[in-house]
Amino acid sequence: MKQKSVAVVGAAETTGLGKIPDMSNIQLHADCALNAMADCGLTAKDIDGVACAGQTPVEIAHYLGITPTWVDGTAVGGCSFMLHVRHAAAAINEGLCKTVLITHGESGRSQIGRARPVPPPSSLIGQFEFPYGPMGPPTMFPMPVMRYMKDMGATHEDFATVAVIQREWAAKNPRATFHDPITVEDVLDSRMIAYPFRLLQCCLVSDGGGALILTSAERAKDFPTKPVYILGTGESVETPMVSQMESFTSSRAFRTASKKAFGEAGITHSDVDHLMIYDAFAHLPVFGLEDLGFCEPGEAAGFIRARHTAPGGKLPMNTNGGGLSYCHTGMYGMFALQESVRQMRGTAPAQVDGAKLSVCHGVGGMFAASGTIVFSNEAP
Amino acid sequence: MTEYTRPLPQPTPETQHYWDGAKAGELRLQRCGDCSHVYFPARPFCPACSSRDVNWFTASGKGTLFSYVINHRAPKGFEAPYIIAVVQLEEGPRMMSNLVDCPQTPEALEIDMPLEVTFVTATDDIAIPQFRPMGA
Repeated sequence: MKQKSVAVVGAAETTGLGKIPDMSNIQLHADCALNAMADCGLTAKDIDGVACAGQTPVEIAHYLGITPTWVDGTAVGGCSFMLHVRHAAAAINEGLCKTVLITHGESGRSQIGRARPVPPPSSLIGQFEFPYGPMGPPTMFPMPVMRYMKDMGATHEDFATVAVIQREWAAKNPRATFHDPITVEDVLDSRMIAYPFRLLQCCLVSDGGGALILTSAERAKDFPTKPVYILGTGESVETPMVSQMESFTSSRAFRTASKKAFGEAGITHSDVDHLMIYDAFAHLPVFGLEDLGFCEPGEAAGFIRARHTAPGGKLPMNTNGGGLSYCHTGMYGMFALQESVRQMRGTAPAQVDGAKLSVCHGVGGMFAASGTIVFSNEAP
Repeated sequence: MTEYTRPLPQPTPETQHYWDGAKAGELRLQRCGDCSHVYFPARPFCPACSSRDVNWFTASGKGTLFSYVINHRAPKGFEAPYIIAVVQLEEGPRMMSNLVDCPQTPEALEIDMPLEVTFVTATDDIAIPQFRPMGA
């Protein structure tokens, strides 16, 4: 895409976050959508493009009273919203629509009106993984970790440190679910979920949502909010079965999506002021730092241990507290995007002073899919 | 025999031969006639070069422990803790499995340890390939 041709002009999360027992899944989409419209002074009749996952664009357009000329129901898990941003930017540039609303809402904790289809026993995952008793993401996602530890020399303490530093960021964020400091020992003493990972290395289970409104950079100047420009985008997929990943020390989808986004944006790693790497589990920032090229293979754990991604570090990462300590509805990617937008607007609770460029990297499924967005707050 | 309550695979036309093999005590893989790529899971074409000239063969059933988790929350049919492993097969592909005939503890496991296939009868039609430490 053409750099900075499209901007985020509206962004908001659901009014509540964490436990929202008085809203269904679709109402969580609507709540944050209405908040995002209010953020930039629009109503549903100003929206002509709809993208969402977890509900269909048909459901969301109808529920909100939108008549779209473009929809995108790409649903590849938690990074679907990064792909929506990418597709929306292309659609706006192509003239298919002018103003796109991207919504995420998920009653992940209260489970009100949430449909999460399970692949049938005849699917590939149903035939070749489910018979072995994996219980969703907590058992599937950490599958590469023991291999990574052997090949790269990483330790249990390294993966505990990820959770400790995420909590330091969360302590600065009033909306985060957890604020109390934790130690490496706390993490390693927490309840075993699926060895090698324990409770504090697994994401939260939350209710919530977030919405973005995108339009052309030219129109963005007329909105009351500070435009956040899209500088580059990337997406890819690899496999529905974690057992079939090409490598257990690197994600092909991560590498492919981020390379494309960095290339489009024309940036190098030293340009990046702020980084979000979807942290459903404690190994994902380690894989992300290496696959995005911020660290050499095997060096990300040491980079995190050296506090480079912690408050005060040279590469502030997951500054909202992340999926481990802020919130995690099931498809967390929208919350990573929201934090990137806040950082670019200068309104984040743990604001990175002077940040001009933010990279937001998401994962879908168990390393099944990936999307990367590069944001900038500098006008084209 | 106690009733088998774990999730059962439902074979499709493309995978039936694999499951017929498991029932017969064989781990069957496919090899491309054009580029010799060996792959898993089953499909009637080569995912490396798109050729439809592919052939079934019986694998050695030998492999090594590529990675694993030990699940501490048992779903129906399983008793926690239990190992879910990814096995590196001698022929090249990897597959998910459980490890049986060994303690379900990290102390009993070493990454790259040699494994061999065994089959657990689930129903009259389905046997599930499992792995155990070589010589266990």
